[in-house]
Amino acid sequence: MNIHEYQAKALLKGYGAPVAEGVAILKVEEAEAAAKSLPGPLYVVKSQIHAGGRGKGKFKELGPDAKGGVRLAKSIEEVVAHAKDMLGNTLVTAQTGEAGKQVNRLYIEDGADIDRELYCSILVDRSVGQVAFVVSTEGGMDIEAVAHDTPEKIHTIAIDPIAGVTADDVVAISKALELSGAAAEDAKSLFPALYTAFGEKDMALLEVNPLIVMKDGHLRVLDAKMSFDGNALFRHDDVKALRDETEEDAKEIEASKWDLAYVALDGNIGCMVNGAGLAMATMDIIKLYGKEPANFCDVGGGAGKEKVAAAFKIITADPKVEGILVNIFGGIMKCDVIAEGVVAAVTEVGLKVPLVVRLEGTNVELGKKILNESGLAITAADDLDDAAKKIVAAIKA
Amino acid sequence: MSILVNKDTKILVQGLTGKTGSFHTEQALAYYGTKMVGGIHPKKGGETWTGSKGESLPIYSTVAEAKERTGADASVIYVPPAGAADAIIEAIDAEIPFITCITEGIPVMDMVRVKARLDKSKSRLLGPNCPGVLTPEECKIGIMPGSIFRKGSVGIVSRSGTLTYEAVFQTSNEGLGQTTAVGIGGDPVKGTEFIDMLEMFLADEATQSIIMIGEIGGAAEEDAAQFLIDEAKKGRKKPMAGFIAGRTAPKGRTMGHAGAVVSGGKGDAESKIAAMEAAGIKVSPSPARLGKTLVEVLKG
Repeated sequence: MNIHEYQAKALLKGYGAPVAEGVAILKVEEAEAAAKSLPGPLYVVKSQIHAGGRGKGKFKELGPDAKGGVRLAKSIEEVVAHAKDMLGNTLVTAQTGEAGKQVNRLYIEDGADIDRELYCSILVDRSVGQVAFVVSTEGGMDIEAVAHDTPEKIHTIAIDPIAGVTADDVVAISKALELSGAAAEDAKSLFPALYTAFGEKDMALLEVNPLIVMKDGHLRVLDAKMSFDGNALFRHDDVKALRDETEEDAKEIEASKWDLAYVALDGNIGCMVNGAGLAMATMDIIKLYGKEPANFCDVGGGAGKEKVAAAFKIITADPKVEGILVNIFGGIMKCDVIAEGVVAAVTEVGLKVPLVVRLEGTNVELGKKILNESGLAITAADDLDDAAKKIVAAIKA
Repeated sequence: MSILVNKDTKILVQGLTGKTGSFHTEQALAYYGTKMVGGIHPKKGGETWTGSKGESLPIYSTVAEAKERTGADASVIYVPPAGAADAIIEAIDAEIPFITCITEGIPVMDMVRVKARLDKSKSRLLGPNCPGVLTPEECKIGIMPGSIFRKGSVGIVSRSGTLTYEAVFQTSNEGLGQTTAVGIGGDPVKGTEFIDMLEMFLADEATQSIIMIGEIGGAAEEDAAQFLIDEAKKGRKKPMAGFIAGRTAPKGRTMGHAGAVVSGGKGDAESKIAAMEAAGIKVSPSPARLGKTLVEVLKG
């Protein structure tokens, strides 16, 4: 789950991290009061959408020469003018896709005098099974490009979960970022604070890009991107409350209510599969036979028939879907549960497109029996290859 | 021969009394008499678990007590996500040599905590979020469907549970059968990696060929490929087929930017397939042709 920059900064402020003062607004009328509450004379007006690359992004409704999704303002009047320009319009960035994202919120922030821009992120480094800082002196730009072109400028510092961020770790991070003076002093509290926030809130990623050294020598979190481990949300009601559903695909929201792993895609074959690996492999084989999947959908291991029915309804509700492939290799998931869920969903919402079902594994005979006796127009498949061929043939017909 | 488990492995069940634990314990008992020796429940110690066909197992309050009373050398965990990490740690503290955690959805930070304890212990953890391990006609730990297995010569290791079943199913259909199939699990922080399993399969005389199934994300497949290249230089090599799931997955949907950075730009399907091919693994483009691809490799 992702949250907005302004929410991330408020969260980090609670842990003592240095962030600028700022106010989030939803309406143009709020812009003037927001700016007046800040010290000035320099302000930054930042689009709040769940995607990166905002500064270089372009608004669809404005001309090609208009400024991007993050703008500097040198007066309150300029703040208001930017707010009028940006709110309600559609920002297209390298990460939003061509459709772009509507800007419904702005964050008006106190400006900073920047001396240096650095990169700092925290994530779980799966190669060592520990939380790690990834830092670079090359902040403020696309970090993937830095990693590709100059990998020696990226430093990874893994943190021992028992010891936490030690004084030696802070020295290592500060050295990698070439910090000195006031910035090096600030580092002693900032990096442990970021680490504590990451762990206590079960984050999946905390990215501060850029982390800046200001002209006065101090550090400041200038941008913050935060995402959380979906498996840990059960113990963080405060984090769940930050969710902005307007940023998410409606089908994905419905899927998340049922705890389904669902990702909307652009193709026209709907898929319902158990297991993430098999779900990806099912997408791969559809592509191998020349078609595109409409979604990734892993119903997981412990799904009951209601959850299966919900998944099936989400898939059929997608107008792009011209055919559906259900591919189940039961282990923890029992084939009869899948069959009952599919039959329940089809009985309720009907079936307007071809449906191919491949069942194998735990309780397979029982599952096949339920489908056969349902009287529904379901094409049975013998194996994965057969299933993929049959659904591709069915939508070509 | 087999790896990890055999007909003598004695297994405890943490989470036996739940619906999932009960169902799969019944299945295990029915699979060539897999030696399930007891269950754990902090409040039901001294009681007896009864399965739907009248099977019964003693319940103990703690893993340590159960180990002492039964001589168990393995444990399987079906405890729900919120309590699963503590269940693993209890098994580590009781010095259970081989722990398998089936539970899906454990918070990553909990697994970071588990990993720190595990690294200082003598226990091996398989999983979490894995289907377990099965040696045909001897022992079934976890949730793999026993009916698709056939005793044979292929060692199977996979990050994905259901793709493990595909590999098993297809090698059975080709008449090859399996020595042991292992699902190492799809979570970012886990107990057992590809390299651990490949080492065991290379050392196991009965295993004549290996199927390795990976997926996008992380660098475990690339690390495993390097391991195989290094071992081949020492003369240790077996015929291998493989598959990588997620060739068509959209970039950036599941991995953050920084995730790609820390693994040095590795993590996409092309990088993994190239690394595996360079290590002499024949990578099948289709998940439906795992068995056939291995047969082609074996024919030379």
